[in-house]
Amino acid sequence: MEIYWVLGIPFTGGVFLALWGNRRNAPEINALFSFLTLLAAGLLTARIVEHGPLMVGGEGWFFIDPFNVFLVALTAFVAFTTALFSRPYMRIEKEHGRLTDKRLRLYHASYQIFIGAMLLALTTNNMGILWVSMEAATLATVLLVSLYRTPASLEAAWKYFILCGVGIALALFGTILLYFAAEKILGSGGTALLWTHLNGVKSQLEPTVLQLAFVFLLVGYGTKVGLAPLHNWLPDAHAEGPTPISAVLSGLLLNVALYAVMRSKVLVDGALGAEDGQGMAGNLMMGFGLLSVVLAAFLIKRQTDVKRMFAYSSIEHMGLVTFAFGMGGAVASFAGLLHMTMHSLTKSAIFFAVGHATQSAGTQVMDGIRGLIKTHPTIGWGLMLGTVAILGVPPFGVFASEFLIITTAMHEHPWATPFLLLALGVAFASIFGKVQPMVFGETELPRLPHQPALTPVFMHLGLVLMLGLFIPPYLATWYRQAAALLGG
Amino acid sequence: MTLSLTYHLQVVNFLAAMLLLIAFAMLSQRRIVGLVTLFAWQGAALSLSTAIVAWSTDQHHLYYSAALTLILKVIAMPWYFYRLVKKLDVDRDVEPMINIPTTMLIGIALVIFAFNLALPISEMSGTVTRSTLGIAMASVLLAFLMMITRSKAIPQVIGFLAMENGLFFAATSATYGMPLVVELGVALDVLVGVFVLGIFFFQIRETFDSLDLKHMEKLKEK
Repeated sequence: MEIYWVLGIPFTGGVFLALWGNRRNAPEINALFSFLTLLAAGLLTARIVEHGPLMVGGEGWFFIDPFNVFLVALTAFVAFTTALFSRPYMRIEKEHGRLTDKRLRLYHASYQIFIGAMLLALTTNNMGILWVSMEAATLATVLLVSLYRTPASLEAAWKYFILCGVGIALALFGTILLYFAAEKILGSGGTALLWTHLNGVKSQLEPTVLQLAFVFLLVGYGTKVGLAPLHNWLPDAHAEGPTPISAVLSGLLLNVALYAVMRSKVLVDGALGAEDGQGMAGNLMMGFGLLSVVLAAFLIKRQTDVKRMFAYSSIEHMGLVTFAFGMGGAVASFAGLLHMTMHSLTKSAIFFAVGHATQSAGTQVMDGIRGLIKTHPTIGWGLMLGTVAILGVPPFGVFASEFLIITTAMHEHPWATPFLLLALGVAFASIFGKVQPMVFGETELPRLPHQPALTPVFMHLGLVLMLGLFIPPYLATWYRQAAALLGG
Repeated sequence: MTLSLTYHLQVVNFLAAMLLLIAFAMLSQRRIVGLVTLFAWQGAALSLSTAIVAWSTDQHHLYYSAALTLILKVIAMPWYFYRLVKKLDVDRDVEPMINIPTTMLIGIALVIFAFNLALPISEMSGTVTRSTLGIAMASVLLAFLMMITRSKAIPQVIGFLAMENGLFFAATSATYGMPLVVELGVALDVLVGVFVLGIFFFQIRETFDSLDLKHMEKLKEK
């Protein structure tokens, strides 16, 4: 039953805010809806932890197992903290004259629809509906990326729409091929695209068709994950959209897209009878992942815009997760899931801090942001700690997951290790070198008119720190179960 | 195979050929209004062939699919695009494409590639319409080519929608269409997408004074 709440609340919120979103307290209503979604997601998670995987509705329209419930909880959590952050952030933007009430209404309504679409993508059992909700999530954010109506933001939104549109069209073809293979065994009709049904008969599915389907699905959804060389839309959309949107795009949408890839990978591995890391799907993912890590690391070096830089860092980290999932096996999948969580929490925290930093400096160019520690100590510390965390410095959780990924790579695929280490080193040097003067340099920046919302930043970083020091046993079991579902 | 079925198949094959022909015509069409008309015709061919497949193979859900295509892609969207073109005052816009012959040659190469790609799949397929799968793939690739070669916003979107047409045709010929919920969902997405883009065109127009995407080449890696 909880599942209907999880999906119903954000969609209701979207409609409500579309109709009455120009009220003064719309930001609070937005946060309230996000909080209710989080509550519902919490209940759903508790239920799965207690009773195990769950199928709900009709012939099993929704399917929740440890793998997706963990992403549902993460999505609802980050969506809630982002709503908290966006409350003062968007107020300041409005006072700076960058936004009007009408655009804020659009923003709040689309925000809820976007969260709802992602949750639908995560919980649906139907591979076709998964496609539909991924596309819906893109559409909900196109107008958000162009919210400021600057030439650059319009260009970014156009690129986002066209590239992701083409990508997702390829994924549709992949889904058609999947249905084509499934229909022979499961018969035509609505149930042939249900993931649980497909998973049950995966060893009988036609291998060649599934291989072809996976290539299309990987390229299609991979565009959304931001895998190189299909990543072009990502830095633009992250840099030009409002910061709360950068945070949810980076922290959540990329995860959801990768989730779609993983669901397909389980099927194709089953059809090919592939062992861990031996299959064609795993190899493809490792290739794309490694390319993204290396390419992004070297592009980070050349960035001057702070949000663009962290967008490239997202590509790097999603590449790392894709690589880990591509390796397969219990440890690598566990590490991949852990890294997904850490990246979501840390990167959204960084975007929160960066958002306020750019607001006070009035620019996103890194040379213009100096000495945050003097004018806004909390923002400065938030940004510094977030950066240190994302760069994988112990004791933060990112270190634990990166360490696991790299040691597994050394064991299973030694050839990849130098590339990974080189990329991580380059990324470390360039990001740290650029953030350091932003935080500690000399400055004469003005103060912000509103109290910045930094509770979410420290909440996220606290979690990341905690998970780096100690993963509670039930959480570890949970990750292990999820990793087992991925064929670990 | 009964006589009537072969007869129907010939009609479907004819419509498939029309689909491909229209895809080529779109590649060479310079004017936006002409492009919208061609898009409507492509939708009509798709809708009719889906209906015939539905009738001759007794797949009732395909009737819904055909009706959906008819309403959305033959009536609603072209109407909306005509209005948009008028409102945005771009109906005199002519795309300065000099390399139509080259584009056509690339298009022919794509068709050959598509047929080769579709061959192993259509051999595995059990549908009577499997031979048209190659045409479906070819029209997807041609629409893709159109998206790449155009520099104006509306033609790019029409290219995108034509790609969707090709994909639907592929679904019909390989598997008699997708499950109905999925098809409804996709149609809803496409509809919402077109409306979002309508709003978006006005924003672009307001900011750039034109719908030419050549103005949008600022965001690049230096």
